[in-house]
Amino acid sequence: MIGAGIVGASCAHALALAGLSVRVVDAGLPAATSAGMGHLVSLDGSAAELALCSDSLARWRALAPSLPASGAYHRCGTLWLAENEDDLATADDKRAALAMAGIGSELITPTRLAALEPLLRPGLSGALRVESDAILYAPRVADWLLECVGITLERAQVTALEDQQVRLADGRRLGARVIVLAAGLQAGALLEGLPIEAKKGHLLVTDRYPGRVSHQLVELGYGASAHAGQGTSVAFNLQARPTGQLLIGSTRQFDTLDPRVEPALLARMLERARGYLPALGAINAIRAWTGFRAATPDGLPIIGRHPEREGLWLALGHEGLGVTTAPSTAALIRAGVLGEHPPLDPSPYRFERFRASAPADGQR
Amino acid sequence: MNERLPRECELLIVGAGPAGMAAACAAADHGMSVVVIDDNPAPGGQIWRAGPRVDLPLRAQALRERFERLPGLRLCSATRVIDAPAPGRLLVEREHDAGVIDYHRLLLCTGARERLLPFPGWTLPGVTGAGGLQALIKGGLTVRGERIAIAGSGPLLLACAATVRAQRGRLVALAEQSPWQALAGFTIGLWRWPAKLAQAIALANPRYRAASRLIEALGERRLEAVVIESLGERREIACDRLACGFGLVANTELAQLLGCALDERGILVDQHQATSVAGVYAAGECTGPGGSELALVEGRIAGLAAADQYPLAAALSRRRARWQAFAAQLEQHFALDSSRLPPRRATTLVCRCEEVTLGELEAHSDWRRAKLASRCGMGACQGRVCAAATAQLFGWAPPPPRPPLSPARIDSLLLAGMEEVQE
Repeated sequence: MIGAGIVGASCAHALALAGLSVRVVDAGLPAATSAGMGHLVSLDGSAAELALCSDSLARWRALAPSLPASGAYHRCGTLWLAENEDDLATADDKRAALAMAGIGSELITPTRLAALEPLLRPGLSGALRVESDAILYAPRVADWLLECVGITLERAQVTALEDQQVRLADGRRLGARVIVLAAGLQAGALLEGLPIEAKKGHLLVTDRYPGRVSHQLVELGYGASAHAGQGTSVAFNLQARPTGQLLIGSTRQFDTLDPRVEPALLARMLERARGYLPALGAINAIRAWTGFRAATPDGLPIIGRHPEREGLWLALGHEGLGVTTAPSTAALIRAGVLGEHPPLDPSPYRFERFRASAPADGQR
Repeated sequence: MNERLPRECELLIVGAGPAGMAAACAAADHGMSVVVIDDNPAPGGQIWRAGPRVDLPLRAQALRERFERLPGLRLCSATRVIDAPAPGRLLVEREHDAGVIDYHRLLLCTGARERLLPFPGWTLPGVTGAGGLQALIKGGLTVRGERIAIAGSGPLLLACAATVRAQRGRLVALAEQSPWQALAGFTIGLWRWPAKLAQAIALANPRYRAASRLIEALGERRLEAVVIESLGERREIACDRLACGFGLVANTELAQLLGCALDERGILVDQHQATSVAGVYAAGECTGPGGSELALVEGRIAGLAAADQYPLAAALSRRRARWQAFAAQLEQHFALDSSRLPPRRATTLVCRCEEVTLGELEAHSDWRRAKLASRCGMGACQGRVCAAATAQLFGWAPPPPRPPLSPARIDSLLLAGMEEVQE
């Protein structure tokens, strides 16, 4: 397993539970799992995205009672905020789509919304409430998943992928019947021709203000921002951490690998957040940071066997949904590796979907 | 009092301690428009902190008076830098407002802070840094009749003891971890700096014990006693306060945010006090702890260099070298010896914001992993205390700073998006 983020850890955990002996190699580089929000959310950008979210959220719910307290799993629910009648129509479409996938949600009137979240500005048109959505603290959960019989964790950098073995920075080689590449953006350095691209994001966390906000709050325009193919976009997304801290997002940028916080863009993001929650203006921010999402052209992750490389499996390109969809990714990888019946149709996530028009590569 | 924040200036100085005041005088004398921002309510920095119980040295009073009457100077007290949103621009915040200030040149005189090290009992009320206790006393805290123990390393212990004595506190222990040989070597070397020798004699204290190690602070609700080991023997000493000094750490966060290179002591500067970033200078203890005399001469050189008065600046380099040599003596003789630091205990709290213990951190190999697993350093202090402590205890490289540099209102951060001057 190359990568000990939430996806690598989930895959390692699933394969170890299936009886395989798993070695996880991780370089400890900054990665999406530690930078992200830890929102377990049902997105419906496409049927395949929703199917993966829906299957995965059920798996998180099943796992929740076993998670350590430090994993901070909390079923806070999501409120998708509607600013106008158009948004409300979008909300209703989303409700119908979620219902098809077996996820319950309800439209909330402005009065009810104000009662649920009194700090929201007056004049919103309502919201869609998805009660089954949750949050967790992904770095801790990933570590916990790796504390499993059958897993050894190696802090080392993989410098090359070879046939059924990897080369490490210190020159050692590790051989394995199955190699799973779950290294997010770093995977691009190990395997040519991966259609993944960095999308930079900003987050900001405040000091502790317990009890001010209880749901994950997201504007309905978030989906459009999340699925945009280019340009810089900002969308309101706010989460109350169990500490009482407020975690505020979000931005999406292409064509940059500079990890510095961009104050002007951060200001745009905060302006948007304050538009929904005016009280934020007087609240103290304590830290802002950035991270990079590993995005594919169609917004879906790449999960499954590499078409040419013997014994190589891919679990990457989850963009902003790595934490949400890690358990289903792991279930698909497990089913593939063991030749079991997959829990959901694996075809939308296969690497081959990008290969029809592109020249064959990846083979050396 | 609370007039509007200035919008621009030729020279922006961050910090109104000795270095910042000396630099402001030098630059203003050569016609520059100078803005000084300082997070304290009054100029003077940590060493010349103003307050009801303060009896400042004449030299400090003279400099302060001259500084406060400088033509072309705007002093913004109680003002914090929270971000550097664009080249040539800082974002600052005060209690009731915030703003951006544009500059042609920037001088960092951000000083140093006390290194606080975790040891059993260090979070008990009554335990402070040695400089912290001095600041509390200058601010009006009464210690008359209180039993006070002072422990750690460096001349700050003696200065703190003198302050305590002047305020009629009862000094019950003054434990220096450096051995007698080092102290004797330091004192003998002082003939080169007669004023410092005189100061050392004035500060001499009959309770001073070398080669002494602080073991722990004891108490239920607040500090009741300290345990100090000296000559292989541990003694419990009843006390009301414990002031610890484990040296200073340069405040380099703003410099790092601007991209300035550092060395192991602080911000890296050349002979003109210029940093690795064009137009940005640094002077005083943020370039490495060295005392107020060194800060003053560095500040003057930086102020002159920022005003393009290079020959005048060069004329001061010998004086700077003299005080740099003094700083090197201090560093050599009062270096922290890890075998004389207080013993570690797994249950000792390291990060007070997030309540993380030493035991939780020891399993990790670097700051990043430790932080992600334990939340150490994720609190409102931004890891200033615990990152400096883990750098000393485990040799972990401290994390690069992230904006905002100190907790700031979201309304203030919105100003970073401001493109043009708004009048």
